[in-house]
Amino acid sequence: MARTIFEKIWDNHLVHSEGGQHLLYIDRHLVHEVTSPQAFDGLRMNNRKVRRPDLTFATMDHNVPTNNRSLPIVDQVSATQIEALARNCREFGITLFDMASTEQGIVHVIGPELGITLPGTTIVCGDSHTSTHGAFGALAFGIGTSEVEHVLATQCLWFASKPKTFEVNIEGSRKSRAVTAKDMILYVIRKIGTGGGAGAVFEYRGPIISELSMEQRMTICNMSIEGGARAGIVGPDRTTFDYLRGRKYAPKGEAYERAVEFWRGLTTDPGARFDKSVTFDISSLAPQVSWGTNPAMVVDVTESVPNPDEFAKGNENERKAAVRALEYMALVPGTPITDISIDRVFIGSCTNSRLEDLIEASVVVKGRKVSPNVRAMVVPGSQQVKAAAEAIGLDKVFKEAGFEWRESGCSMCLGMNPDVLSSGERCASTSNRNFEGRQGAGGRTHLVSPVMAAAAAVEGRFVDVREWL
Amino acid sequence: MPAPFTSITSRLVPLDRVNVDTDQIVPKQFLKLIHKTGFGKYLFYDWRFDTNGKPRTDFVLNDAKYAGRSILLARENFGIGSSREHAVWAILDYGFRSVIAPSFADIFYNNCFKNGLLPVVLSKQDIEYLFSNPDQEVEICLQDQIVVAGDRVMHFEIDGSRKKLMLEGLDEIGITLKLEDKISNFEKKMIGQEIKM
Ligand code: SF4
Repeated sequence: MARTIFEKIWDNHLVHSEGGQHLLYIDRHLVHEVTSPQAFDGLRMNNRKVRRPDLTFATMDHNVPTNNRSLPIVDQVSATQIEALARNCREFGITLFDMASTEQGIVHVIGPELGITLPGTTIVCGDSHTSTHGAFGALAFGIGTSEVEHVLATQCLWFASKPKTFEVNIEGSRKSRAVTAKDMILYVIRKIGTGGGAGAVFEYRGPIISELSMEQRMTICNMSIEGGARAGIVGPDRTTFDYLRGRKYAPKGEAYERAVEFWRGLTTDPGARFDKSVTFDISSLAPQVSWGTNPAMVVDVTESVPNPDEFAKGNENERKAAVRALEYMALVPGTPITDISIDRVFIGSCTNSRLEDLIEASVVVKGRKVSPNVRAMVVPGSQQVKAAAEAIGLDKVFKEAGFEWRESGCSMCLGMNPDVLSSGERCASTSNRNFEGRQGAGGRTHLVSPVMAAAAAVEGRFVDVREWL
Repeated sequence: MPAPFTSITSRLVPLDRVNVDTDQIVPKQFLKLIHKTGFGKYLFYDWRFDTNGKPRTDFVLNDAKYAGRSILLARENFGIGSSREHAVWAILDYGFRSVIAPSFADIFYNNCFKNGLLPVVLSKQDIEYLFSNPDQEVEICLQDQIVVAGDRVMHFEIDGSRKKLMLEGLDEIGITLKLEDKISNFEKKMIGQEIKM
C-alpha cells in the first residue's frame, strides 16, 4: 500500500501495540536543563537507569547567559538548574555540550549541526520545537517531562493514538529574496489557525519546499507546533544528504553511502493518501508581521492592524481574544504596520539563528546604523554558528551597525536568562511565539523574519524590506 | 506516580478566554525549580498579579467566591504552546483536579494524564451551559465518562488506555519495562541499519 513518509517511519519504529496504544522506539533523545531535572529525579527515586545513554544528548540553552561566559551565573536558581543537568549527565553517563563546549547551542540548532538529527529517525526532546528536526525527514516530537523520564528509562514512547497525516502544499514562486521561509510559515499559521493542525503531522510539499535550503526548511518545521501540529516533515533529498555529509555524528564513508541509499526510500509514495490537505500559493506573498498575542494573529507588512470583528469572522470568543490582544499590544485597528515603531530587536532563537539567517540579516544591515531609539541584539543559535559567522566577519557588520553580538542560547526568545523585555517595550523578534509576557512580563512581541527584523532595527519601525533587497 | 482518579464533585472556576497558552499558565521566569511541587503560587501569575505583585481584582482566581474549587472551566484550544509539564504541575499544585474545555492542545492534553489531572472535552453547547452557571455542583465520573450538572448529563470521550492509567494511578514506566523482551528484540533487529550509530 502506498504510504506517506510519516507512515514509513512510524511502521519502522513500532515495537508493540496494545489496547489501542502504540509503543514506538526512539532513536535520538535530546535533553536540556529546564524540562529534565524532575525526570532524572524520578529515575533516582525508582532506582532506574538510562537505557541508552549512547542515544541521549544534552545541552544547556534556555537559561544560559549570553554575555561573557567566563563570569559566574548571577541568577542562583538558573545556576542550580544548570548544575543539576551537569550532575545528572555525569551520573547517568550522558554526552553533554555544556557552557564551555564549542558545540553548545540551542538544542534544535545543534542536533542538525552535529549530525545527531538524521532522516528516518524518531527524535524526541522535552521541548515543543522539536518539530524543527522534521526538516530532515525525521519524525520529531516535543514531549513533557514525564515522557522524558519514560524515554530515559525505556528508550520508547507510548502514543495513545496514531497521529493524522496533513499535507501542506506550498505552490508558486518567490518574487523577492525578502520573502523568506519565515513568512511562508507565518502565512500558513495565519490561515489554518493555532489549532489547525491538532492531532496531525504536517508534511510540507511542493516545488518551493524542494528549493529551500536545510536552514529554511528548519524554520518552517520549527513552527509546525504553532499551527497546533504534533510534528512537521519535509522529505529528505539531495539537499539533506549534502548537508549531513561529514557531520560529527552522521555516518561516514561507506556507511554514509549506504545510509543515503536507505534515505532515498523515505519519500511519500505516489498515490499515498493524506487525512487532510491544504494548498497555498505564495507567488504574491508579502513579508508577514504579527500584531497580536498568538502566531496566527498576522498580517502583511503592507496592511494595517485589523479590526477585531473583521479578524474574528463571527466567532465571538476569537473577537474577545483579539480585543484583549490589541489592548495588550497597545495597538489601534487601522494603524498601518509600517507606522508601528519599536524599541528592541531580537535576531535569534531556534527559528532563525542559523548562519544563513545571520547572513541575510547582515545584508540588510551592512553600511547602515541601528536607529538611536532601538536596542538590537543578535544571538547566534550555537557556538559553531557564532564561530562560522565571525569567520566571515558578520560580527563586525552587526557591531558596526550598533547591534550587540552575543553568545549562543535561547536568550530573549523566552527570557529565562537576563535578556528580557521591560514592561511596555515593543520588539521585532525572529522567534516563534508572541504570547503575552513571552519575552518579559508586559513585553510586546512582533514576529518577523530576520531581514524584516534587521530593517526594523535600522528604521526604528517596520518597513517593507522588499524595497531594500 | 499520580494518585488514582475516580470521580470528583466541585463547583467551577470559569476562565473565559480562548487559546490560553502555557506561558500564561505559568510564566517562564518560574520554571527554574527542579522539583514538581511549589508551582501553584505561580499559576496564571501575570493575570493574577500586577507588576507590583498586588492581586488584580478583576481576575477570576482572585475572587474569594471561587476559592477551593477543584474544576477549571476553560475555552477552546487550552494549553497551547510549550511542552513544559510545569503548566500541569501548577494547575494541580493550585488545587485543581480537572480542566473542562471544548478542546486542548495535544501535548498539554497528554501531559495531564501523566500527572493525574483529568482533561475533559465537552461539546460547545455543554461548555456554554456550564459557563452560564459555574456555581452549581458538578460531578465528574471517570468510570462512566460523564459530567453531571443539575439534571444535565454530559458524556465525554477518553481513550481506554488513558482512562485505565488514571483510574488506577499506574506507573507507566513500570508497565513498559515489562515489555523488555520486545524492546531488546527490536534493538537487535535494528543493529546494522544505517540510520543508527
Ligand atoms: S529558542 Fe525559544 S523556542 Fe527555541 S528552544 Fe529555545 S526557548 Fe524554545
